[in-house]
Amino acid sequence: MAKITMREAISQALWEEMERDPKIFIMGEEVGVWGGSYAVTRGFYDHFGANRVKDTPISESAIVGSAIGAALTGLRPVAEIMTINFAFSAMDHIVNESAKLHYMFNGQMRLPLVIRTVSGGGRQLAATHSQTPDAIFAHFPGLTVVAPGTPADAKGLLKAAIRSDNPVLFIESATLYQLRGEVPEGDYIVPLGKSTVQRPGKDVTIVTYSKMLDYSLKAADQLASEGIDAEVVDLRSLRPLDMVPVIESFKKTNRAVIAEEGWKSYGVGAEVSARIYEEAFDYVDAPIKRVAQKEVPLPYNRNLEQAALPQIADIVAAVKEVM
Amino acid sequence: MQKKEYLELYHQMVLIRRLEEKAAELYQDGKVGGFLHLYIGQEAVSTGIISARKPIDRVITAYRDHGVAINSGIPVKRVLAELEGKATGVSGGRGGSMHMADISLNYWGGHAIVGSHIPLAAGLALGDQYAGNPAVTIALFGDGATNIGYFHEGLNLSKVWNLPVLWVCENNEYGMGTSVPRASAVSDIRQKAIGYGMPNRAVDGMDVLAVRAAAEEMIEQIRAGSGPQFLEANTYRFRGHSMGDPERYRKQEEVRQWEEDDPIGNYQKKLISGRHATKADMDAIEKQVDDEIAEAIEFAENSPEPALDTLFDNVYVEE
Repeated sequence: MAKITMREAISQALWEEMERDPKIFIMGEEVGVWGGSYAVTRGFYDHFGANRVKDTPISESAIVGSAIGAALTGLRPVAEIMTINFAFSAMDHIVNESAKLHYMFNGQMRLPLVIRTVSGGGRQLAATHSQTPDAIFAHFPGLTVVAPGTPADAKGLLKAAIRSDNPVLFIESATLYQLRGEVPEGDYIVPLGKSTVQRPGKDVTIVTYSKMLDYSLKAADQLASEGIDAEVVDLRSLRPLDMVPVIESFKKTNRAVIAEEGWKSYGVGAEVSARIYEEAFDYVDAPIKRVAQKEVPLPYNRNLEQAALPQIADIVAAVKEVM
Repeated sequence: MQKKEYLELYHQMVLIRRLEEKAAELYQDGKVGGFLHLYIGQEAVSTGIISARKPIDRVITAYRDHGVAINSGIPVKRVLAELEGKATGVSGGRGGSMHMADISLNYWGGHAIVGSHIPLAAGLALGDQYAGNPAVTIALFGDGATNIGYFHEGLNLSKVWNLPVLWVCENNEYGMGTSVPRASAVSDIRQKAIGYGMPNRAVDGMDVLAVRAAAEEMIEQIRAGSGPQFLEANTYRFRGHSMGDPERYRKQEEVRQWEEDDPIGNYQKKLISGRHATKADMDAIEKQVDDEIAEAIEFAENSPEPALDTLFDNVYVEE
């Protein structure tokens, strides 16, 4: 298997899907002539042409709104919102329309729509460009919210998202594009809404996703050298949330740490820990710990920013607290 | 136009008027829940516009949608059943007054967040442009919607991409209770289209034939590749914004004056003076509408509530 970057894996999935189905097209700010602000769609414009690689004005509402309209006609748009911070300008379309039209019109309308976007801090872009608000979007029934943490999952989940007849918010991590991993060639599909064990272990369960998967695996390596064998469960999809591998792991380890990049309050950790308490209370041997971002808007200064973001050492420390 | 066509427009306008009057009664009886926005006074706009479309042309509108639903071909019984929240309603009792659609009739709803369907309309037109379909999307919205960002993003995109859309502003003078001069930088709403380089016209929205003629012409130009165009139909709602509107923002005298410009009354006069139909023809249609409404109410009343075990149906497409 080839070892490629996350960026290449996402690009490959898009390219292969567009070659497969002419109903698929991409649209967004700078996806075409520029080649994508994160270079994911470099070369697409020349190969697929302006009709299938559509540069849009800086109009998030028009991007998502018109992608919904196009999806209703049977096309399969992949709309790019440059960063998730800009998705707030399109919130109404994501929340009030894409998540609701199928239900509200009694199943008549289908939205084979993917919204690709980029989440996360750590690039000194300050408070408005560095957020990880993934959990907000996972609040809404009708949406599917996916956030891969490995190149292989990025490829497989993006293909599944494009083939889905449901609207999918596909959240990439700003600092994972260079991450390398083995990625199967060709038609590789990872089902939406399925969590998975990324590292088996027996002493403690670390539940995580996206960027924090990378950190959690590194934390697990450190812990292993100190004799603690951590199992790392990757949620991959935040909605639908698949708790089965989490609960199975917890029943074995009886201890859990949940690591996410976003703020702790009302976050992914809050949801996952509540569900563990609800579904496996008799197995709890220690209070569940959450590792998350400090409750401040992210600052520009590098030291301040890193002090606010969750670190590998925070995961290691939290695991030691629950042991 | 054949006599049959003239009378069909009359039939649709009277049907909408009676449906809305009945809906208000049912609301007062507690049989209709939520919000109820009546189309009384504006019947000529949607009737004229939609009569000018071909079946391949898509229609999308805002929350004051019962008239558009009828003009698009949804049987009145399915509209009334939806108002009563019944399983046989056009949206299965999931949508209610503000969310009616039947995509088999190329009617795409019924959208209740002001202006949010405007970018959707651009997308419907994009779908046809991408597929090479010779179809035009007709998007209706109120004057209030032209003050929100979606409108400006949607119009801009439609022009940049030369999308086949007819934008129709139903200017009924008020966004809820705020009059156009108090809410919009320009009171001639069509001036906003000039900023997007778009061909635009205003039409008397109380004259169904004028509306139809304008729409026919513009739709065919758009179909021929003109890009998006903008039509402002000047009209008035005779009832409140929704049920329970105390109407403190307008004087009864103003309403009374507009009621003299009743689109149905205007059309009756035209039919007679143009010798397109007789009083007897119109009486026959009114009788037919009364029967249709009575039958529709019986259908709605006798229809079942949605079964509780269908609560979770259609949250997602099953895959």
